[in-house]
Amino acid sequence: MSTKTETGAGAEPAPQPAPAAAVTAVAAGRLRRASRRRVVVLVLAVLLVAAFAVTLMAGQTFYPPRDVIRVVLGEQVPGATFTVGRLRLPRAVLAVVTGFSFGLAGVTFQTMLRNPLASPDIIGISSGASAAAAIAIVTLSLGETQVSVLAIAAGLGVAILVYSLAFRGGVVGARLILIGIGISAMLDSTTSYVLSQAAEWDLQEAMRWLTGSLNGATWDQTVPALVAVAVLTPVLLARSRDLSAMRLGDDTAAALGVRVERTRITVIVAAVGLIAFATAAAGPIAFVAFLSGPIAARIVGAGTSLLVPAGLVGALLVLVADFCGQFAFGARYPVGVVTGVLGAPYLVHLIIRTNRAGGSL
Amino acid sequence: MTTTHSLAAEHLTLGYGDRTVIESLDLAVPPGRITVIVGANACGKSTLLRSMSRLLAPRAGRVVLDGKEVHRLPAKELARTLGLLPQSPVAPEGITVADLVGRGRHPHQTAFSRWKKADDDAVAAALEATRTTALADRSVDELSGGQRQRVWIAMALAQQTDLLLLDEPTTFLDASHQIEVLDLLTDLNETRGTTIVMVLHDLNLAARYADHLIALAAGRLHASGAPSDVLTRETVRTVFGLDSRVIEDPVSGRPLMLPIGRHHVRA
Repeated sequence: MSTKTETGAGAEPAPQPAPAAAVTAVAAGRLRRASRRRVVVLVLAVLLVAAFAVTLMAGQTFYPPRDVIRVVLGEQVPGATFTVGRLRLPRAVLAVVTGFSFGLAGVTFQTMLRNPLASPDIIGISSGASAAAAIAIVTLSLGETQVSVLAIAAGLGVAILVYSLAFRGGVVGARLILIGIGISAMLDSTTSYVLSQAAEWDLQEAMRWLTGSLNGATWDQTVPALVAVAVLTPVLLARSRDLSAMRLGDDTAAALGVRVERTRITVIVAAVGLIAFATAAAGPIAFVAFLSGPIAARIVGAGTSLLVPAGLVGALLVLVADFCGQFAFGARYPVGVVTGVLGAPYLVHLIIRTNRAGGSL
Repeated sequence: MTTTHSLAAEHLTLGYGDRTVIESLDLAVPPGRITVIVGANACGKSTLLRSMSRLLAPRAGRVVLDGKEVHRLPAKELARTLGLLPQSPVAPEGITVADLVGRGRHPHQTAFSRWKKADDDAVAAALEATRTTALADRSVDELSGGQRQRVWIAMALAQQTDLLLLDEPTTFLDASHQIEVLDLLTDLNETRGTTIVMVLHDLNLAARYADHLIALAAGRLHASGAPSDVLTRETVRTVFGLDSRVIEDPVSGRPLMLPIGRHHVRA
């Protein structure tokens, strides 16, 4: 047998204390990574506030900060009250709320399924919510609440369908993603069909359900999505540590005391809820859920939870993309067209990289 | 520290789908010792380990830890007493060694609790014990197979459990790294009294490092006890369907199995 190594501390009862220097080094490294995360979150939040302010001030007509603040505080300012208060403010809030929802829900799925392609807009959940919302609004002429309920039911339904079709002895991954892409295509064609059958469908409405748009945003649309964010974000944040552990594999997470199935169900329901409310309000804004997590991971680093950074990235992405879509080009484009142009190359990049690495999806 | 935890399987039957893998198995893990489970491929070794750590619910029978049924214990409470290192854990892309080892603190934390001094202490001690302190800030992706395995063991150590289950901790490692990992686990057992249960592929390494050897054959317990009692020609034939000679290992004094195949055997 091996002779016992003389470690000095070996005679003491377990757990064996580590040298103070090692503890200090471990603590220092942890604080360094945590402070990087804090700085990133702070910078993203500041950028978001700045972008929010700019979208309220700038546009066809420029209003100085003083006017914008007065409108937000409820004072009457000729011109600005309508343009800023009725058009720009709900639109900007909706951009932030939907972007945050898509970013947070997207990174939740990507983390849980350990695959960047497993985001809800790739595997059909957004398409399901969108098809249901299109049917509810265009065909059935339902009100906001019923639309949201239907969108959530459809989103959950698609999640359950994709999950159970992919489930064979518990292995999820490439199969789930491919099934999701297939279901997604079927649902998108359903949406197109519904729109083509509608008596008086206009281009704006069609674009909203196909790629996502913030055109004509009202408070009636914005408030349900805002409430969903307020309720469901804490649910996901409470599961953030469990999700981080699940990135090590289901068995490792379970061995660390995570109730894997329970966490998975809670997290899926909360994330689908976010997606469905956001989609019911603004349509399936293309690729935001897919892009936000990887962008957040790139700037924060891999070790920490990406939930809040990804939500902020999503909000920033939608806000800026919508502003660019309105004013940066000759014509006005809905936000989904702009995010789609950003997201598609990244999708191609991911698939090429996966092929090179010889891995499955 | 003398470990007083008792871990045992009682009439345990395990399976997946309509396939039964382990049938009515009884076994007791001696506290404070190193137990090694051996057996042919697909004989249910990993399944047994997964069930002992609650990952797989039994069809019948039960796993008992200190008189309590494992599958009824709260998940985190169990994870503070019993750790498991699965066969193929996944390292998230780009994660640093220190962060990965820190994940071992999960059962000691709640959803919003802050990181405590005790957590840093445990991580530092785990890094020291596995001699990975110098790698703390490196990305796990960059490490060699042997280093990576030590880091995973460090994560399990940071969990600070009195029982540690490992599923083939030496797979994919070359000879020197296999010995390094097994020596490390032996140190751990000797200095902290950690009860270790592991599945090993290599019979000779199993015989050398085990205090208690368990041989499974087709989902049943074939033999268990001291390696010199368990590793016999008869066991090798029943468990692996292999003809062999068993001699005394001149290095360790433990049994050493020499396989007899169809080729390269002196008349």
